[in-house]
Amino acid sequence: MLGIDARFSVIEDRLKGVKRIIAVSACKGGVGKSVISCSLALKLAERGYKVGLLDLDFFSPSDHMILGIKPAFPQEEKGLLPPTIYGIKFMSIIYFIEDKPAPLRGIDVSNAIIELLAITIWKELDFLIIDMPPGIGDATLEIIRAIKRLEFLLVSTQSKLAWESVERMIKMLKQQSIPVIGIIENMKQKDSDFIKRNAKDLGIRYLGAIKFDPGLEDSLSSVEKISKTEFAKWLEEIIPKLLQQEKFK
Amino acid sequence: MHEWSLAQAVVKAATDFANKNGFKKRIKVSVLLGELQQIDKEIFTHALEEITKELKDWHITYEIKEEKAKLKCRTCGFEWNLSETKKRLSEKQAEFIHFIPDIAHSYMQCPNCKSVDFEIKKGRGLSIASVEEI
Repeated sequence: MLGIDARFSVIEDRLKGVKRIIAVSACKGGVGKSVISCSLALKLAERGYKVGLLDLDFFSPSDHMILGIKPAFPQEEKGLLPPTIYGIKFMSIIYFIEDKPAPLRGIDVSNAIIELLAITIWKELDFLIIDMPPGIGDATLEIIRAIKRLEFLLVSTQSKLAWESVERMIKMLKQQSIPVIGIIENMKQKDSDFIKRNAKDLGIRYLGAIKFDPGLEDSLSSVEKISKTEFAKWLEEIIPKLLQQEKFK
Repeated sequence: MHEWSLAQAVVKAATDFANKNGFKKRIKVSVLLGELQQIDKEIFTHALEEITKELKDWHITYEIKEEKAKLKCRTCGFEWNLSETKKRLSEKQAEFIHFIPDIAHSYMQCPNCKSVDFEIKKGRGLSIASVEEI
């Protein structure tokens, strides 16, 4: 039996109208990757760009909670059209699992990711922001295999533990010549150039720091409140650097 | 209507395969439809025919076979057919599985030990069994 996986053949087609695909990635959970993904998508949409947001963190999808939306199933049109929420086309596994857990093994995660990429019709977008699964396991490898034009935006706290995992990811991405836009140091609590220095040593652009914002947690689930946080202001300062097409390989 | 996006994928994959292997534009494509994905064979066949009509110079015939789903529990080793658990699914849950078959893990359990850790051994979804020049 030939066993051709027909889904791979359409993924590139589904993404052909998307100008830039940014994978927001962190190796450890809890570093703020999902909040940065959502806020970045919102900020870009505010600037008039056509933006899509894809939550591929299957084990703990949270973008819908950050945005404060009750998921409504996407419209069908020879595939699935992601609903537009706050000016963003939003797709997530949450539409399919609702409040149920998704106890998926590696092969199941890989299959589900490929299926979702194959059925989602994004049409024209300036940016597709992907909230990546944490780490460099099956899910991340599958996304790298399926999407050829990925650019990685890395997120780390100033913790040595978080950095060590990010460093491994940078090495893996470099081995495969996958572009890295840069790194955001999130939830910074004390003065230190640890992340900036180490990023420079690896030839990765340091995009800036976002200080720990104690008010952020209470703002989650309200796009309006998030936009008024200190977190959002610091992220705003980083965005011009993201818009530069300069990439490090 | 998911059948249309699946049909698009099959036509694209089969013609890409034929081009890559230097086939003439007359091919026979054998497709397996896994039971778990609950693809409507009639709509899928119609979609294949319509999409193929739009291709210039291609003559494609399709052979479509259905494959029963077989599930195996990773915890107790019990094997079962989809029909045993499918009847417990709501219409909405069945629709979710239609789009992403692996989501079955969110809605099904081993009938023997109730584990959610099971393997979809056969009949998960759509696959192309063969592409031949004719």
